Amino acid sequence: MKLSTIIAALGLAAMPSLVLADTDPADWPAVTAAAKGQEVFWNAWGGSTTTNDFLAWVGQRVSEEYGVTLTHVKLTDTADAVSRVLAEKAAGQDTGGAIDMIWINGANFAAMKEQDLLFGPFAEQLPNWAVVDVDGKTVQTDFTVPVEGYESPWAMAQVVFIHDTARLADPLPSMNALLEWSKSNPGRFTFPQPPDFLGSTFLKQALIDLTDDASPLQAPATDENYASVTAPLWDFLEELTPTLWRQGRAYPQTGPRQLQLIADGEIDLAISFSPGEASTAIANFQLPETARTFVLDKGTLGNASFVAIPYNSSATEGAMVVANFLLSPEAQARAQDPSILGYGTVLNMDALQDDQQAAFDALDLGVATLTPAQLGTALPEPHPSWMTRIEADWIIRYGVSE
Amino acid sequence: MLRGGVKLSWLPILTVLALLGPVLAGLAGTIAPALGWLPGAGQARLSLDAFHALLDWPGFMDAARLSVVTGIGATVLSLALVTLICAGWAGTPAFRWLEKLLSPLLAVPHAAAAFGIAFLIAPSGWIVRAMSPWLTGWDQPPDLLIVQDPYGFALMAGLVAKEVPFLLLMTLAALGQADAPRSLAVARALGYRRVSGWLKAVFPRVYAQIRLPVYVVLAYSMSVVDVAVILGPNTPPTLSVQITRWMSDPDLAFRLQAAAGALVQLALVLGAMAFWRLGEFAVGWLARRWVRTGHRGAADPLAQGVGLFAAVAAASAIILGLLGLAIWSFAGFWSFPNLLPDGFTMRSWDRHIPGMLAAMWETFVLAAAATSIALVLVIGCLEAEHRYGFRPSNRAVWLLYLPLIVPQIAFLPGLQTLLLVSGADMGRWPVVAAHLVFVLPYVFLSLADPFRAWEPRFGTIGAALGAGPDRVLWRIRLPMLIAPVLTAFAVGFAVSVGQYLPTLLVGGGRVVTLTTEAVALAAGGDRRAIGVYGLAQTLASFLPFAMALLIPALLWRNRMGMRDA
Amino acid sequence: MRDQGLTLSDIQISKGGQPLLALDTHVPPGEVLTVMGPSGIGKSTLLSMVIGTLPRAFKATGRVLLDGRDITNLRPEARHVGILFQDDLLFPHLSVGDNLAFGLAPGVKDRRARIDAALQEIGLEGFAARDPATLSGGQKARVALMRMLLSEPCALLLDEPFSRLDTERRGQVRRLVFDVAKRRGLPVLMVTHDAEDAKAAQGRVIQLGAA
Repeated sequence: MKLSTIIAALGLAAMPSLVLADTDPADWPAVTAAAKGQEVFWNAWGGSTTTNDFLAWVGQRVSEEYGVTLTHVKLTDTADAVSRVLAEKAAGQDTGGAIDMIWINGANFAAMKEQDLLFGPFAEQLPNWAVVDVDGKTVQTDFTVPVEGYESPWAMAQVVFIHDTARLADPLPSMNALLEWSKSNPGRFTFPQPPDFLGSTFLKQALIDLTDDASPLQAPATDENYASVTAPLWDFLEELTPTLWRQGRAYPQTGPRQLQLIADGEIDLAISFSPGEASTAIANFQLPETARTFVLDKGTLGNASFVAIPYNSSATEGAMVVANFLLSPEAQARAQDPSILGYGTVLNMDALQDDQQAAFDALDLGVATLTPAQLGTALPEPHPSWMTRIEADWIIRYGVSE
Repeated sequence: MLRGGVKLSWLPILTVLALLGPVLAGLAGTIAPALGWLPGAGQARLSLDAFHALLDWPGFMDAARLSVVTGIGATVLSLALVTLICAGWAGTPAFRWLEKLLSPLLAVPHAAAAFGIAFLIAPSGWIVRAMSPWLTGWDQPPDLLIVQDPYGFALMAGLVAKEVPFLLLMTLAALGQADAPRSLAVARALGYRRVSGWLKAVFPRVYAQIRLPVYVVLAYSMSVVDVAVILGPNTPPTLSVQITRWMSDPDLAFRLQAAAGALVQLALVLGAMAFWRLGEFAVGWLARRWVRTGHRGAADPLAQGVGLFAAVAAASAIILGLLGLAIWSFAGFWSFPNLLPDGFTMRSWDRHIPGMLAAMWETFVLAAAATSIALVLVIGCLEAEHRYGFRPSNRAVWLLYLPLIVPQIAFLPGLQTLLLVSGADMGRWPVVAAHLVFVLPYVFLSLADPFRAWEPRFGTIGAALGAGPDRVLWRIRLPMLIAPVLTAFAVGFAVSVGQYLPTLLVGGGRVVTLTTEAVALAAGGDRRAIGVYGLAQTLASFLPFAMALLIPALLWRNRMGMRDA
Repeated sequence: MRDQGLTLSDIQISKGGQPLLALDTHVPPGEVLTVMGPSGIGKSTLLSMVIGTLPRAFKATGRVLLDGRDITNLRPEARHVGILFQDDLLFPHLSVGDNLAFGLAPGVKDRRARIDAALQEIGLEGFAARDPATLSGGQKARVALMRMLLSEPCALLLDEPFSRLDTERRGQVRRLVFDVAKRRGLPVLMVTHDAEDAKAAQGRVIQLGAA
């Protein structure tokens, strides 16, 4: 007995990367007990004041409810957190890492999962997983990469276009229509500069809308099909770019920066990954009251936002408690409230109790927010390899052209 | 000679360690990955692949050219303006007024100043708004590439506005040692007009004194990140901005490329300095010919006017920019071409103040700790110099400037890796140590002259009255120097408040200050939030300066002999 | 009695190998030795050697004895040698009273009373709380003298002590200083280039660099 303890201790000391020290995610009472008093450093993009406010509220609630202290480490780029964990692994710091939780999806998730930088699987053991809409929302794949419980979803996003109806009255039905409009109104449209994720999203959205057959995009890009599949995109950009804001010689660096440009009257149309963003921005004086949103006739891209826990987190249990709280009807209804955040819920309404459903029904989605029916089909994200190659090509063609 | 008191001789060594240790360690931590050595990422083979990858990046030549051109351009312009201002106006009431106007602007954090300027000069910015539509006829902003222009003009303008106050203050300190008023008087008595007389008789001596600060401006302008992100071009950006981006790419291979880029950046800075040194010889040779011509200065009034205009423009750009930020922080909806918002609201402040308190406290603790340590070291060094007759050589002064001349981007990433390896990472104290590297030189530069200029016979009198060196230091010297000591503290504090990269990289993202918050928010472009944080950041820098003025005034309100000390 | 007073025994001061001055003399208690000579000859350097603050650039040999005690290698604050410069050098951040208190040894009792008495002695009764910068030149000189006396020195050095005072005050202050020195039996070493000073001192005069 004693000997085995010593051997176990030696084993732990020799292989600190094992997750044996953590509480089993399935034993939820043990998780909450261990979480009490932990401090969770949540690394999340800090460029949006509304999400910052929401995260602060989450911190307040998990502190009241579970005694978990949540600190929002505001990133300019989620990749900062990824490289931080990488650096820690490089330095052999396999426990007590600086980051306990990351707001993540897509390429960053794929990179971390591939390099074994994530704790898990834990997501499907969380108590609130029971009410997640597994069938209706893409929460088990992330940009076609299987999630396998290594990240927990908390919000749905779908591409919409924000337009100032005072200057651009009617929705544009397709990317070709957008091109025609931009040609006759030069300088009134732009998109965030790739590799900003929203800018890259615009490129993907354009490709999906322009292509006749989107099915190759669901498999990794190959040297054989890459050029032919993406050809319509480059033709489109060749025509579009000279008609962009500043003739495409400068781009806004982030999504929210576009809102400022609309408010300044510099552009009339912007892309957003959050159907409620426009309504929230109007309430915060960041957009004119004439701003509205639309989706393309063939539908727009949709994906889920997740939280993941690095393998060397110093507060694994606390992070799971936060992930679970994010899936609670209380947090989800608040996130969907356009005056707060305006993010789509990942929950299955039918799985909720009546009073919980009522909280969602009572939400006033806001003047510029489309209803779920108007949003229509959410198109699946292409495999990350497409985005990586398209980004790299875009940078060579347009990103360093001056 | 026997001199008692607490042993101080080890302090200069400790100070040099605190200054250079992190820089050299960080450089080592940069060189290794640039040569392909980054264990843990499966990279442990010496190679030049990282440099090949860097050269293969299609934006490399443009990015490097941008760094060099904007850096040298901003330095030439800043130095030229400061020279014209001093040549045209030193010693006049207008100059004293300018001095009062520009000095506090030194404390304005670079990021806040850059934001303010961006809002001023953008096609939808304040200047165009003031003229639209009544003059320009524009109902919507013109599609002109002014901010983030590919030539880096906006970036240069932003840098010049911030560097002119710095160089001017350095020049003021040098003027005191160059016997400027009497030299100028002699030149004028010989029939030279103001500017020509000053340039020929005073400037050579002044320049010798401000050469290192000029190099600091050159290195800073070439490698700055936060200002370049806000005002610089993006297709491609400057090299240091691109390095920062690679540093944060999830693909680890880019870290090697970033390290290689950091070394290239360092080489560019060193090359630019060598070029500048050659330029000094060339200008010196031409100037000596010009002096021999005996021209008394026909273009003087023009030069004087340009100098005054430029100084006022630099100051106004920063002040109006800050005012713009202040208005944004209270603004309701505010669109082009309105000069003012549709309404005012406290909402932005209400939203941000609760979240800001923790960052404010962290900012304060870091700055107070780093500056206090720096002050103790600097006073210790200067007192050791006084007691033991150490006289810092020219080389020692170079050491002091080294952390300011080596680009931050070249050694901070390496420092982060090293701290991780040694397990010393995390939290506040490593960040304090990193801040100390940048705070120390400024505290030293700010305090050294007044400390050395102190009348030593006060010390002799004290000793003759039976007071040992420690008692003389605490009871006579430091109380008499309280104003410069507090000013040095304020300078150090402001430097610490403004630190972005050291806080971010060494703190591992866990150390959240007003500046890291402000730059993170900057990514979002929400002018209201930037306004709130930019103002908070500026106030945090200003407060110690206000105290440095107020405390001696209160303390010595009944001591006429301390008024102009 | 040769022991009492200030003895400068075989003093030689040089700078960078160049001899500057040489002196071998004795100043008995209550007497004034005046050292004269053109500027740059090293008069003040001599004083700094006696008081213990010789700058590094200078080399000195020989010994300084005070009342028989060898003080050559003592720290300045342990020598009990007082000095007055041409400037009053009152500490500008301290009140007149605190300036005097600075001279008073730490163990001394009834400090308030001692300071009041000292002020009375120099005709500045009630000046304790005053800002030294508000005093006249003569008043400042008297405070500086009294501050030095309160530290109970065993010898007195004067470095061009009266040259900053106007003619009228100069005589007054000069008389006060020499009277006090005589009354207390202090040996005085004065450097000056003012022949009036030398005459008023009524002591020996050494001309440096006369050759």
